[in-house]
Parts: sequence; structure tokens; C-alpha cells
Amino acid sequence: MAFVSEPPRQGFRLSQLLYDTRYRSMTIQVVVLMMFMAVAAWLVDNTINNLADRGKDFNFSFLGVRSGYDIGQRLIAYDSDSTHARAMLVGLLNTLLVSFLGCIVATLIGVFVGVLRLSKNWLVSRLMTLYVEIFRNIPLLLWILIIFAAFTEIAPLPNAFKEGGGASLLLFDSVAITNRYTAVPDPLFSRSLGNIDIGIFLISADLLAIVAAVAAGWYVNRLVLRRATVVQNATGVRPVTWWKTLALWTLPGILTLAALGFHLGLPTLKGFNFTGGINVTNSLMALWLALSLYTGAFIAEIVRAGVMAVSHGQTEAAYALGLRPGRTMSLVILPQALRVIIPPLISQFLNLTKNSSLAIATGYLDLRGTLGGITLNQTGRELETVLLMMLIYLVLSLMISGAMNVYNASVKLKER
Amino acid sequence: MSEHHSAAYVRSAMLPEQAPPVSEIGVIRWLRENLFSGPLNTFLTLAGSFILYFLVKEYYPWLRHSVWHAGSVGECRDIVTATWGEGATGACWAIIRDRWNMFMFGFYPREHYWRPTLALGLLIFAAAPVLFAESRSIRMVVLGIVAAFLLVAFPGLGVGAAANLMLAAALAAMLVVAWSRPWGLLWLTGIYPGLAVWMLWGGSVWGPVLAMSGFVLGWAAWLATRRFGTILSVGAAVLVPVAWWLFGVEQVLPLFDAVLPYSIDAVRSEKFGGFVLALTIGVAGIVLSLPIGVVLALARRSDMLLVKALAVGFIEFIRGVPLISLLFVASLLLNYFLPPGTNFDIILRVIIMVTLFAAAYIAEVVRGGLAALPRGQFEAADSLGLDYWKAQRLIVLPQALKISIPGIVSTFIGMFKDTTLVVFVGLLDPLKGITDSVRASFEWKGAYWEPYIFVGCIFFIFNFSMSRYSMYLERRLKRDHR
Repeated sequence: MAFVSEPPRQGFRLSQLLYDTRYRSMTIQVVVLMMFMAVAAWLVDNTINNLADRGKDFNFSFLGVRSGYDIGQRLIAYDSDSTHARAMLVGLLNTLLVSFLGCIVATLIGVFVGVLRLSKNWLVSRLMTLYVEIFRNIPLLLWILIIFAAFTEIAPLPNAFKEGGGASLLLFDSVAITNRYTAVPDPLFSRSLGNIDIGIFLISADLLAIVAAVAAGWYVNRLVLRRATVVQNATGVRPVTWWKTLALWTLPGILTLAALGFHLGLPTLKGFNFTGGINVTNSLMALWLALSLYTGAFIAEIVRAGVMAVSHGQTEAAYALGLRPGRTMSLVILPQALRVIIPPLISQFLNLTKNSSLAIATGYLDLRGTLGGITLNQTGRELETVLLMMLIYLVLSLMISGAMNVYNASVKLKER
Repeated sequence: MSEHHSAAYVRSAMLPEQAPPVSEIGVIRWLRENLFSGPLNTFLTLAGSFILYFLVKEYYPWLRHSVWHAGSVGECRDIVTATWGEGATGACWAIIRDRWNMFMFGFYPREHYWRPTLALGLLIFAAAPVLFAESRSIRMVVLGIVAAFLLVAFPGLGVGAAANLMLAAALAAMLVVAWSRPWGLLWLTGIYPGLAVWMLWGGSVWGPVLAMSGFVLGWAAWLATRRFGTILSVGAAVLVPVAWWLFGVEQVLPLFDAVLPYSIDAVRSEKFGGFVLALTIGVAGIVLSLPIGVVLALARRSDMLLVKALAVGFIEFIRGVPLISLLFVASLLLNYFLPPGTNFDIILRVIIMVTLFAAAYIAEVVRGGLAALPRGQFEAADSLGLDYWKAQRLIVLPQALKISIPGIVSTFIGMFKDTTLVVFVGLLDPLKGITDSVRASFEWKGAYWEPYIFVGCIFFIFNFSMSRYSMYLERRLKRDHR
């Protein structure tokens, strides 16, 4: 009984825009668009009027002007004669530095604590729960302030490291924590390759050489493993590769270091200060430590949830197939747990990067401290500096979440 | 098998039951299973005990030597030295005692301390119909504690006996209502926003009343236009209040003030500080960000390309920048974006930014909840012939929000922690603003740890109870029996 009702042919009526579902979404979208454009136009109009009222304009030429302030902690050459743009770059690199260091240590802490919290040991799992709950429920700002206060109030003066001064260096006489900075060894190369000038700043050729050597080792290792799989598929016997892998992971780096004449410049007390090593400001140390401990507590929960998300049946199935515990972990459990762990982990990295803007509490000059701090105050261009700062943070975040999306797509379960 | 053996080595009588070996019962078994089950576990236990021992050895004396009554840091040190000998260190909690009001209220006028206190107490009463509707015992315990706290605190805040009696009567009446009906206090929930704003900032009562009446107007408009269809009535219910707030209130306000003047002392936003400030921003942010977040999540999943694009752009922008930069926008840039001459309250500006920030995160959490819902639920709603809003309201959101509870609450906890960042736009948050200004005084110069520990503990209590409440809620709303 094919009975198709003909649509009524009475032409288009205006009320269809509201009551006909075919047109309604168009109507709503047009209204939304008009409202959005009206609000945007209103904001822009206000801004133009306000700028005109104050006799200001909107331009970024201040970036090319001499900055006139110094930055203690910097990765690239900079002095007070450099431009505001360069100060911004120094700040951005400082943000990236503390975020990078923080992500590494936070991951280490998080994995360690997360695994220990799952341990059957009553005492240790309670201790780890205590750590996680304390750090998750108290503002990050408090941790930054308290750790910074510990550095500046409890740590001794550099002077105290003299003979009989009461303070001593840590870690085989290589690290000195003073109330102004932490002196750490400086990596030196006696047969250095020098620096490469890429126009904006210098890059250490030694570093590039080491990275290239390690990357080459990693690549060759992949080829070796792939060949082993081919052999296994053909003959059923997998060639022994662990010693090749070990050698390819370690030897290239070590050999390059040896070829470059790597040695450590130890900090020594000369007069009132340490020289010979690198003096890392305590603002960086406190920020780094606080960010790592705080984010580590969150990562611990993510790791715990990830491991618990893999059902026990998977382990049993792997044992039933005859896999040893080590291979069960690496081939069955980890790949599934990582699928759960990685996305929130990366969003924690993102949070850490954004939280590094709390450097404001320790006086560490990151992007917020340079562009959104001193440059803003000196030039009085709130609009430009704050917008530019937000844009840079936004680009950083989008880059990180873009990487996450690529990863997610690659490990997604293939469903129907 | 009833055959009896007669061989000598076969027992004919049952052995009596024996006690299990010592290593399998009681404390020893527990220790063996939980602490020393293998070499690795033994090592972990020893390492954990060592850390615990180290912490206790380092910090217990400091806590044991606590001083509660002193006038300055120097006096504290003298007392510690006199009591515990030369070189002893001790916590100086006297700073908290001495500056308690500062930590709680900032520079809020002393004679009006009862106002924020009452506002906080009433908050719990107003939230009770929403938070504790299902269990009378929990509701009565929580409300009883709050009422007792208010009655104890009020004489200490310098409130007269008559006012105290009135408060006691009102609290008793509300307790009776809450006991008899779970939703009995819903009227308080309705008027609380206006009431809290009035009590905190003071001024004429008509401002908050007229602002709240916008909601009544919206409801009336919806009732009046309902028969013309959903879209028109929703539009009227939104447009009428907005028009009222933008144009109506300022016209009518002087009239009411002239005819029926009633006001209490106004308190300016600069006077706010300490936990009054943190709670004001935190609670306002929590209450406002949830509906905005849900709407954003729905918009992001909408079929309408434009709506979706706007939602994605907004959410990703907010989530991509640090909160600090948004606070800078609130304090520095809003003056550019608004019409010349507008200069509205800094706390309000901060609340708006914090709300938008939290709303973007909540939108992502709720979107996760929506995505976790099986497709069949949406299809079932469609096949029942429900329209979009009915389907969302009756089928989709109740389930999606239930899934998202843990994420939503952790967003709230994060936002409450983030209220400490307002110090960087010049407000006196309890963590840095207040401690810095306390330390700036001569007596308490150099007292670092005690204020931080105190403020940290209070934040911990708030956030930990929030996370426990979310666990309770998850259990309460669990409908499947697994």
C-alpha cells in the first residue's frame, strides 16, 4: 500500500520560517549571525572610540623599539638595548623552558605515584593517596609561593658555602642551593663545534650533533626491529635483537659526547658567588618544582585510571596465550592503557603550560612577565600586548591539542 | 561408601579443630599481606616508613611547640625559647588568631561582619533543596550544623540579642520546613541571588529586588505568549527581562527609592577580601557557569553549522589562554571594549571572566557526557516524537549530566582554587593578597609558613568536601545495578 502524501502546494508562506523545520534552522542561524555581528561591531566601535578618546592608536611598532630592561634568566642573547620583540621572544622561550622541564618531571612523578598508589602495599598506597589529595585540593599558587619562600628563606647565602660556613654542596659537590640561585654544573665541550646563527638566535651545533646522533640510532634501531619481524614472519624464529637495541640506544649519544670532549664545569665559590657552573634563578627552580609536583598529582590519577581501565580479562587472556608477564605488559596492557592515558595527559601538559603564567608570583620573566608585564607597563599599550600574549598562548595550545588529535586518530579503536 | 576401615593408620574419630597458625591470623597476617608480602613490598614499606619518620622528626617538634597567644613574631620566638629551650622552633599560630578577621573578611567593615556570615549560612539553606533533596537525615545534619554555627557566631560578631532571637526563630522555622518537605525551601533558593548580593554589597533593597523581578517578568511573558508557539514564547521570555534590565530598572529605581526608601550601609568592592571574596567569586562562578556550559555543549553538538562554529571558536579560545590573561582583560581591556565612561565593578568583571573560563571547561566535560550516551537514547527520544528541547530536557541531559558529574565537580574545584589568582588584578585574595598585607605589618613580618598552611587547610577542606559530595551524588544517582 504505497501511499505517499503529496506535499501541499500552496507556495511559501512567511510563517514557515518559524514553524517549518526545513527552514527554521536557517532562520535561527541568520538571527544568531546577525546578533553576533552586531555585538562584534559594537565592541569594535567602542574600542575605536575609546582609543580615539585617549589619543592612542592600534599598532605594533613598539615591538621594534629598544626595550631598556634586563632579563636575568635567558636562553638567547639579550640585553637592555634589544627590542621589545626580542624581549618577547626571550619570555616565550622561558615559558617553553619551564613548561618543558615541568612536563618531564611531572610525568615522572605522576607515573611513579600513580603506579605506587595501585600497589598492594598498605602504607605506600596510603602515602601516595595523601600526596595526591593534598596537592590536588590546594591552589597551585600556594605551592609556588611556599616553595619559593622555602628557597629564599631557608636556603643559605652563597657565603655560607665557604669552609666552615655550615652549608655543603649536594650530589657529589656539584649542586649548591643558595637563597638567590641554584648553582648546577655546566655542560662543556672541549672540542666544541661552535654555534650556528639562524638569524634570530644561535643554536649550539654540539646539541644538534647529539640530537642527530641519537635520532640516527633510533632510526637504525627501527630498521633492525622491522627486519627482525620480517625474519620472524618468514621463518617463525625471531632473531635476538636486545643487544643491538641497547647499543643503538646508548652508543651514538655516548660516542658523540666523547668525540666532542664533553665534561662538566663544576660550580665553585669565588668571593661571594658561585662561578664555573650555571646559576639558575630560584624563581625558575620554585616554579618548576611547584608545577611538577602539582601537575604530577593530576597525572598520577590519570595513570591510575588508565591502568585500572584495562580489564583483568585482558591479562588473563594474555597469560592463556602463553605470554610472559613482561610481554603481557608491553604488548597487551600498555597499548590499551596508553590509549586511555595519553589524551588527558596531554591536556595536563597544556594546563601546565598555561599555569606557567603564574611565574608572576615568583618574578620569573616568562611571556607574561616580559610582553604582558614590563613591556606593557613601559609602552602603555595594554590592548596590543595583552591581545598578542593571548594569541601566542592560543597558538601554543592549538599546536599541542593538534598533536593530540593526530595521536588520537592513530590509536582510535576501529569500530563499525 | 559406608565401609569402615579397620586399619590402624586410619583415624576413626575426627580431630578437634585447631587454631590457625599465628602467621595466618590477626595483626601478623595483616602485616604479612599488606606490608611484607615480598622483597619489593618490604623495601617499599621500609622506604615509606623512613619518609614518614623523616617528616615527623622534622616537623612534629615545630607543631608541638605551637604558640597560640602572642602579639608578634618576636614574642612568639621568645615564648618558644623560654618554654622549649634555646634553638627550638615552633609554629606561631597567634598570627591567625590575631588576624582572623582579616583572613575571613579582608577590609569588610567590622560592624557588618554578620552580613557575609549570614549570606554564607543562608547559601547552604538555599542550596539544600537542590543538593540534599533526597535524604532527610543528611539534609537535617548539614542544616543543623549551619544553624548552630550561625547562632554561635552571631553574638561574637556584635549582633544584638533581639536580632539574635529573630535569627534563631527564622532558622528554627526554616529547619521545620526543611524537615517536613524536601523542596520546602525552594522559595529561598529563588530569592537567594538577590538576597546575597544585597547583603554583601548593601545599599538600597530595590536594586536587587528589581533585578530579580526581571525573572518574574520573563516568566510572565512566557505564560502570556505560550499559546503562540515555543519559539515566540521563549523569545519573549528572553527579550522582556533583558530589556527590563537594560532600560527599565534605571528608570523605575529612583521612583521606588523615593516612595519606599529602605537601605542598609553600602560596602564597596575594594573592601572585600579574604575568604569572603574567594567564596563570592567562587559561588557566583559555579552557579553561573553550569547553565552557560551546558548551553555551549549543546551548541557545539548542534546540527546548525554557524552555531557550532561559534561555540567551537569560543570554547577553544577560552581554553587556549591562561586564566591570568583573561583576568588582565577584565582589569585592563574591558574599559576599551565597553562604551566610553562605563566603569563597572571590578569584582563583577572578574566574576564574568571566571564564569566564562569555567563555562568553556564545563562545556567540554558535558560534551564528553553527551558523546558517552548511546545513540539509541537520542533515537528513542526522536521516535517518541519529542521535539529538540523536550528530548534534551527529559532524555538526554539527565543522563549526560549524570555521567559528567565528576568532571563538572573537578572543574568547580579548579575554579575555586583559581579564585586566588584575582590577587594579580589587585583584589585581596586570602592566599597572597591577605598574607602579604598581614606580613607587611611590623608585628608579623617574616611569618611565612603559618598563614600559608592555614589558608591551604581551608582550601583543602572546601575542595575535599566538594569532591566527596560528588562521589555521594554519583552513588545517589546510580540507576544501574552492577
